[in-house]
Amino acid sequence: MINIILAILSTVGALSILFASIGVLRMPDFYLRLSVTVKASTLGVGLLLICAAIMFPDDVSVTTKSIAIIFFLLLTAPIAAHMIGKAAYFIGIPLWKGTIIDELKGMYNKETHCLESDPKKADKNAEDNIAHTDDATD
Amino acid sequence: MSLETYFDFVILPILTISVLLVFIRLFKGPSVVDRVMALDLIITIGIGIITVYSIRQEQEVLLDVAIILALIAFLGTIAFSYYIEKQKDD
Repeated sequence: MINIILAILSTVGALSILFASIGVLRMPDFYLRLSVTVKASTLGVGLLLICAAIMFPDDVSVTTKSIAIIFFLLLTAPIAAHMIGKAAYFIGIPLWKGTIIDELKGMYNKETHCLESDPKKADKNAEDNIAHTDDATD
Repeated sequence: MSLETYFDFVILPILTISVLLVFIRLFKGPSVVDRVMALDLIITIGIGIITVYSIRQEQEVLLDVAIILALIAFLGTIAFSYYIEKQKDD
């Protein structure tokens, strides 16, 4: 019985990691790649760590370490993704050409890197980051 | 099929193929942020591989390495994004 639970957990975890890596390879745009990566890989590694915690039931240190790693990943993966996504928007990585709307258009001050939430202060003439050609985002 | 065989012949190959696929993105990634993200994902998958390996070898000490790798991946991504953002200023 415990073997079946372990097999199911590890299979779901490994498949999430596989889907994350396929998404990283196939998605057309940096921001889509980022959104695929963080969620699926955190879920997959978390399930594998839960597997390890079930596998060594007599050892409290394994359970503690597994919970610590899962907590740390859940805490840090969104922060890292936010930071790298913000940096990517500033250096002008283009969005996918099929993107409908770029809501950050003109909301960022290019000099101070501050976010203006007031649309009146926003720069109306700012260029959006959406790519206009096919070859920009292949 | 025993659980050990399943780990050896199904789970570990899936994780290895995932690392290879992400490595293709690290190799060809059009911009530097793609490479940073691919490196972060490779380290995260490495944590999973270390976990499965420690299950198979029954060496629970190896999970300490996974903690350190998670820390290094986070700090590396934060440092990369900080300096990429600074680079545009000057």
